[in-house]
Amino acid sequence: MTTPRAPKLRSVAALARGTTRAVYENQTFKIALLLAPVILILGVLFLGGLSIGALRSLNYSPNLGQTTPNLSAYVTLLSAPDTYWSFLLSAHIALTSTALSALLAVASALLLRQTFAGRATINFLFQLNLTVPHLVGAIGILYLFSQSGSFARLAFAAGAIDAPRDFPALIFDPNAAGIILLYVWKEVPFIGLIVLANLQSVGDGYEHAARTLGATRTQTFRHVTLPLITPSLAGACALVFAFTFGAYEIPALLGAHYPTAVPVEAYKNFTDVDLNSRPEAMALSVLIAMVSAVLVGVYLRATARR
Amino acid sequence: MTARNTTYRALRQLSVVMLVTWLVLPLIPLAIWSVSKGWFFPNILPRKWTLDAWAYAFSDTAGVLDAFALSLWISGWATLMAIAVGVPAGRALGLYNFPGKSAVQLLILAPTIVPGIATVLGLQNVFLTLGLANTVYGVILAHLIPTLPYMTLVMAGVFANFDPAFEAQARSLGARPTQIFRHVTLPAILPGLVAGALFAFLVSWSQYILTLVIGGGRVQTLPLALFNFAGSGRNDITGTIAMIYVLPGVLFLIFTARYLSGRNTALTQLGRP
Repeated sequence: MTTPRAPKLRSVAALARGTTRAVYENQTFKIALLLAPVILILGVLFLGGLSIGALRSLNYSPNLGQTTPNLSAYVTLLSAPDTYWSFLLSAHIALTSTALSALLAVASALLLRQTFAGRATINFLFQLNLTVPHLVGAIGILYLFSQSGSFARLAFAAGAIDAPRDFPALIFDPNAAGIILLYVWKEVPFIGLIVLANLQSVGDGYEHAARTLGATRTQTFRHVTLPLITPSLAGACALVFAFTFGAYEIPALLGAHYPTAVPVEAYKNFTDVDLNSRPEAMALSVLIAMVSAVLVGVYLRATARR
Repeated sequence: MTARNTTYRALRQLSVVMLVTWLVLPLIPLAIWSVSKGWFFPNILPRKWTLDAWAYAFSDTAGVLDAFALSLWISGWATLMAIAVGVPAGRALGLYNFPGKSAVQLLILAPTIVPGIATVLGLQNVFLTLGLANTVYGVILAHLIPTLPYMTLVMAGVFANFDPAFEAQARSLGARPTQIFRHVTLPAILPGLVAGALFAFLVSWSQYILTLVIGGGRVQTLPLALFNFAGSGRNDITGTIAMIYVLPGVLFLIFTARYLSGRNTALTQLGRP
């Protein structure tokens, strides 16, 4: 490891010796050395994966003799109604999950800011929830809400249904209710803890001031609290939207056979015995990357204002 | 006013109870299934309680222990590599301003937002030519895509609160670079480093699609085994694997709660899937 140096002390000492430039170059070299591994690894794995995917989506693979890129995979996708249904479904999953999670998360964060019996329990359960993988929660949701699941049994015991098929199909259904339930379960604690940390770092001084000046509770929330938490809330929502749009295993486990979410469709094409489906799989992954690029932008914008 | 307050408190207590119930609810059937047999509709509770599924999971034939060991191996290496690369990178980002910093930050932030499926199909193509596809090494490298940015972001936060003047003082007192790191830098960054590493481990521990595509089904980690059993209708074994699978996260949470006082940046970063 190179010798660590204090930037402030360095500049003073360097000015004294009149060698600012040499020391500055030395520091640039050191920073480059510290960052080289991460740039190299992410450059190869992340950017490499993205670009090779993009090239293959354009049917460009020189070792297979295809050296003229074309858009046939995209044309095939855009002319198939399945593609539109997949994108609509994924957009619906991501939008609904993010909106519901954000709403409940803000309510939870406001709740957790107060003092009451059970606050420590909720705090612990929120943190515990962050450590539980999505897949585990998804199987739990499956066992709770399937037509022979816990709620169906309770409904049967209460005499509300006569057989499993009478219970509403929340799992494997085209409206993706089960998927959305899982995401709400998983993302409320995530967004909630971020908003809570934001609220605690700001304090309640502004809200007190607004109340003293005669603002109602609703006005205080609308004009003071909400603008204060908007950046962190928007940032967290961008992360949640990107994840819920692009996750594979959750819609693969809880989703209907038709339509399928975009990541499931991409994997299906990728593993198809017909190798001609591969460029379509790559094209779908490029489209997912484009959607998430927008969300990276949203995240940067939201967090830059902080 | 008092009546209104009482109603408000009652409503608050009701929402607390509902929230607590909702948070633990999905884990309950998994836990019950793991100790029951033939718990089918319309039984609200199992007729038969048994540890059969646990005995099966711990048997040599099930492959659950192998999957557990393999997951530990993969996530352990992915975490160690993330530490080795992420700590220096976090230092550069947390302590210095330099030209091109925002580009580097973008390169590190993007993998935490862009879903795995967007990169992994192309990456599999690259790994195929390098002989890394369908291997454990390939899966470990692929797991760096989420763990390395995570570790780097946590360490950048840690170093942003670190005062390098302490190192300068140690140096002026004649300490060698290794001594400075061992006795000054490391103790200061250790709590954040440990928390970051534990949660980087969990980030790798929960990967599904990266393992599935790069491992080509031949690298059977715990989440892949869990998914397969969930689809096979063996709910009792599924419940058992789920319980085993969440264990490290629960242990880490209890450990970090004791080890680190107050809030830490690592935890709120964890939800970054």
